[in-house]
Amino acid sequence: MPRRGASGTAPDMAAPIDPIIGRYVHVSLSGRPHRLYFEEAGEGIPLVCLHTAGADGRQFRHLMTDRDVTDRFRVLTFDLPWHGKSTPPEGWQREEYRLTTRAYTEAIRVFCAALELERPVVLGCSIGGRIVLSLAIEHGAEFRALIGLEAADYQAPWYDTTWLHRPDVHGSEVCAGLVSGMMAPQSPEASRWETLWHYMQGGPGVFKGDLYFYRVDGDLRDRVGAIDTARCPLYLLTGEYDFSCTPEDTLRTARQIAGVETQIMKELGHFPMSENPAQFRRYILPVLERIRARG
Amino acid sequence: MAKETERAPAADLAARVDALPTLVNSDSWLIHRGRFVTTELLLELGRGAYYLAIERGRIAALERGPRPMPSWRFALRAGEEAWRRFWQAVPEPHYHDLFAMAKRGELSIEGDLHPFMANLLYFKEVLAAPRRERHGA
Repeated sequence: MPRRGASGTAPDMAAPIDPIIGRYVHVSLSGRPHRLYFEEAGEGIPLVCLHTAGADGRQFRHLMTDRDVTDRFRVLTFDLPWHGKSTPPEGWQREEYRLTTRAYTEAIRVFCAALELERPVVLGCSIGGRIVLSLAIEHGAEFRALIGLEAADYQAPWYDTTWLHRPDVHGSEVCAGLVSGMMAPQSPEASRWETLWHYMQGGPGVFKGDLYFYRVDGDLRDRVGAIDTARCPLYLLTGEYDFSCTPEDTLRTARQIAGVETQIMKELGHFPMSENPAQFRRYILPVLERIRARG
Repeated sequence: MAKETERAPAADLAARVDALPTLVNSDSWLIHRGRFVTTELLLELGRGAYYLAIERGRIAALERGPRPMPSWRFALRAGEEAWRRFWQAVPEPHYHDLFAMAKRGELSIEGDLHPFMANLLYFKEVLAAPRRERHGA
């Protein structure tokens, strides 16, 4: 039976549908039941993508609809608890959300185990890039390769996070306002504003809670030298316009890790996969191909 | 006294600032975004000072210093070269955003920051507006 458009008339062609499937997985994290939203597309090597602080897995929608990726990789992304379409744990209304290294690591490993992913590649951006470094230190043998976007062992803070969650400042506006300058001026306007929309949709205090991991709990200075890239290859890619995790921060980190492969990406900022997908794929496709060829 | 050292900024920068009221007040969406903003701020370019009075998102007054009794809610201060780089049509890294410049110590953001932070997207767009103008327009 022909599908009908909103006006009731049959369209000439079927509307395009992204080949992304979204579902929910029930897991236990820190002893509490959680319902995590995840999406996937493609077939092949599992590639788990970790969103930035205060955002969700939609940031990777372009990677998940890129046939040059999905023909070889099963791309998955999950929303951290409290983010996107993942439900906060029961009782959330009487606690302050704070992401810790321990909780973040547990969420990633539990998700990979729940979906029975065999030695997945993990790609993370920003806080996702930081936890990738931590995974490389603590659990490198579990992963086929690790990719850190906008990743460093430490970054100097550049604003007071108390502005992110207070009743006299609109949280969604101020979160978007702060991160708006972290994108490259060359990035297409539509992609920049879509990236900001994700920030505008974050729950109250969630971005701030993620930054606890970033600023307080996840300091990896003097620890990244322990990363064994022979056991698990590590790739670090940072946008030249990222002033939060600067190219200098990434290069300083990379100098401490033997065998790491590093690239500074032109005309990109802190959100390469969503602020300018066309520019980003020029950098990420060769990395993914190297990982695939390595087997 | 600080006032005695105040002077007009370089002509190219003065033109950028002088264009602000027209750029902002002719942008109906920007005025809508700032419809709850009524405040005064100091914009400092090197040793040159400008006082901007904003009323419901419009720039109601732009006055070049020195002022005998300066009063403002918050101040943005940077050197002339930093503003010049910030206002390039396609700014280079570290000069593409106010906080990027602040992180490098090129810009100071001080005073009562509540109106600035509560209307951050508005103020960022206001201050970046001169990028839309070609030199000396």
